[in-house]
Amino acid sequence: MSSLTGLSATEIARRVGDREVSAEEVARAHLDRIAATDGRIDAFLHVAPERAIEKARRVDADIAAGGAPPLLAGVPVAVKDLFDIEGLPTTCGSRILDGYRPPFTATAVARLEAAGAVVLGKTNMDEFAMGSSTENSAFKLTRNPWARDRVPGGSSGGSAAAVASGMAPVALGSDTGGSIRQPAALCGVVGLKPTYGRVSRYGLVAFASSLDQVGPFARSVEDVARMAEVLCGWDPLDATSARMDVPRFASGLGGGARGLRVGVPWKFLAAGVDEGITAAFRSAIDALRSAGAEVVDVDLPHVSHAIATYYIVATAEASSNLARYDGVRYGLRAGHARDLRRMYGETRDRGFGPEVKRRIILGTFVLSSGYYDAYYLRAQKVRTLVRRDFEQAFGTSDVIATPTSPVPAFRFGEKTADPLKMYLADIFTVPANLAGIPGLSLPCGFADGLPAGLQLLGRPFDEATLLRAGHAYQSLTTHHLARPPLS
Amino acid sequence: MARVTVETVDHVARLAHLSLTPEERETFARQLDEVLAYAESIQALDTRDVEPMSHAVTSEVLRDDVPAPELPREKALAAAPDAEGGLFRVPRVIGA
Repeated sequence: MSSLTGLSATEIARRVGDREVSAEEVARAHLDRIAATDGRIDAFLHVAPERAIEKARRVDADIAAGGAPPLLAGVPVAVKDLFDIEGLPTTCGSRILDGYRPPFTATAVARLEAAGAVVLGKTNMDEFAMGSSTENSAFKLTRNPWARDRVPGGSSGGSAAAVASGMAPVALGSDTGGSIRQPAALCGVVGLKPTYGRVSRYGLVAFASSLDQVGPFARSVEDVARMAEVLCGWDPLDATSARMDVPRFASGLGGGARGLRVGVPWKFLAAGVDEGITAAFRSAIDALRSAGAEVVDVDLPHVSHAIATYYIVATAEASSNLARYDGVRYGLRAGHARDLRRMYGETRDRGFGPEVKRRIILGTFVLSSGYYDAYYLRAQKVRTLVRRDFEQAFGTSDVIATPTSPVPAFRFGEKTADPLKMYLADIFTVPANLAGIPGLSLPCGFADGLPAGLQLLGRPFDEATLLRAGHAYQSLTTHHLARPPLS
Repeated sequence: MARVTVETVDHVARLAHLSLTPEERETFARQLDEVLAYAESIQALDTRDVEPMSHAVTSEVLRDDVPAPELPREKALAAAPDAEGGLFRVPRVIGA
C-alpha cells in the first residue's frame, strides 16, 4: 500500500485542505491500488478513472482558488452499484438493468461530491441488494480480503471489501436488513445504518421502501461520523427523508463512554452464536465497562420473530418495487415476443436471478388474496411489537449492544443451497430496520482469524450517541487498526 | 398453515409476470414452503389491539407542489430498449 492509500478520510481531507497533497495524487494512488489489488478481490463492477481524475482536479482548483476546504476534500469513495450516477452504468448486480445509464444522480452521491469526495467507481453487490454474501451478484463473486475463500458479507459486499483492502478509505452502501452492518463486520470495517429517514434515497434503486436506508463504510468511527455528517439531511426529492437537524457528528465524538448505559439482550444472544464471536463480543462489553459505561440487561421479547417478520414485509415490498422492470422503459428486453405478457415474462425470467425470483414469488404470495391478513398484515403488527420492545429497552439504556453477525465470514457456497440458512445470518441486524432505528457495526476482534463485529443500536435520530460510544471504544482498543494480509 | 405447491407457485408467478422453468417451479415450491413454515412462529403471537406498522416515518412528509423543471423527454427515453417518435414502443396490446 502506498502511504496515501493507508490514510484515513479525516487525514486525507486535512492534507488536501492544507495543500500538502493534491486530490488528484490521492485519487491516482487509490486507482493504482485498485489496479494492483482488485484482481484478487473483485470488489468493483465498474471503475471510472477519467471521471475521478476530473473531479479531483476540480477539488484542487476550488481549494487553490481559496475556497474553504470541504469536509471530504479529495476523499476517494467507492459507491455500491445501486446508486445512480449520471453518465455511469447502474446494474444493481442484475442483468435486467443491462446497458442502463441513469439520467440523474442520487442525492447521497451528489452530497458527497459537493463535499469534495471523489467517486472511484461502483461496487459489487447481491442482485437488488437481496442477500448476505454478495454471491447473488449476476456478475462475479467478491472475495473477503481476510480470507479469499470466504464471502465478504452482503449485500454491500463490494463496498466493505474495497474499504477493508485499502482500495478506498470510505464507501457508500445501503442497508435494508443488515446490508451495511453485516459486510462491515465480516470484512473488519465500520458501517453505519442511520435512522430511517435520515439520508435521502433519491436515486437509490428501491428494494423494500419501508426498510431501505443509505449509509457509509470506513475504517474508523471518526471517518464514518464525517461521512454521516455530509450524507444526513432533508431532501425535497425524497418524501421519507426527515426534516431534522443534523448534529456536527465529526466534531462531537469526544464525549467518552462514562455514564453511558449499554443494554445487552443476553436472552436473545443465548443460542446459535459462534463461540469466537461470543468471546469477542464479551470482551468488547468489558472494554466499554472499563471505559465507564454501565452495562445493563435488557429484554427484547419479540425480536426472535424479527426474521420471519422481515422476510414477509421485505419481500412484499420488493415484489411491488420490482414490478417496474418490465422491459419497456430501461434495461433488458428479452426476445421479440409479439405478445406483451410474454415479453414481460421472458424479460423478467432472463433478467432476474434465482434469489430475486424467489423473493418476488414469496412477496407476491404473502400479498395475494386469502393470505394478506395471515401473513402481511400480521407481520406489520409484529413489527409494531418489535418497535415497542426497543422503545421499552431504551427507557433503561442509551445504546443496545449485540454481535453484528452470529458467525464470521463463511465459505462460498456454504449457505446458497438453503435460503433460510442465509436469511438467519441477518438475525441481529434486521430488528433495527423493522424498528427504523440506527445501527453501527465496528470491529471487535477476531474469531478463528476472521473479523468479528460489535453492533450498537440507538434511539431514532440519535446517531450521535452511537458514534460517541463507538469512538470511545476505538480510543481504547486497536481492533480497527488491523489490516488484512494483502500486501 | 399454507402449503406451497407447484400450483401455488404457478399462480403467483402469473400474478408477478414471471416465466419460470419446471426446475425453478419445483425448487421454489419446496423452499417457499420451508420459509413459510419458519414464519409460522408469528401466528402464535397475540396481535389483538396492535396497530400494523407500515413505516417508521410518522412526521408530515408532504412538501408543497411547486412546478419545477422535470426530466426532459429525450433523456427519459434514452434508456428505453425500443422508442419511437418520443414514445416507448411495446408489443401490440389492442387487437393482438
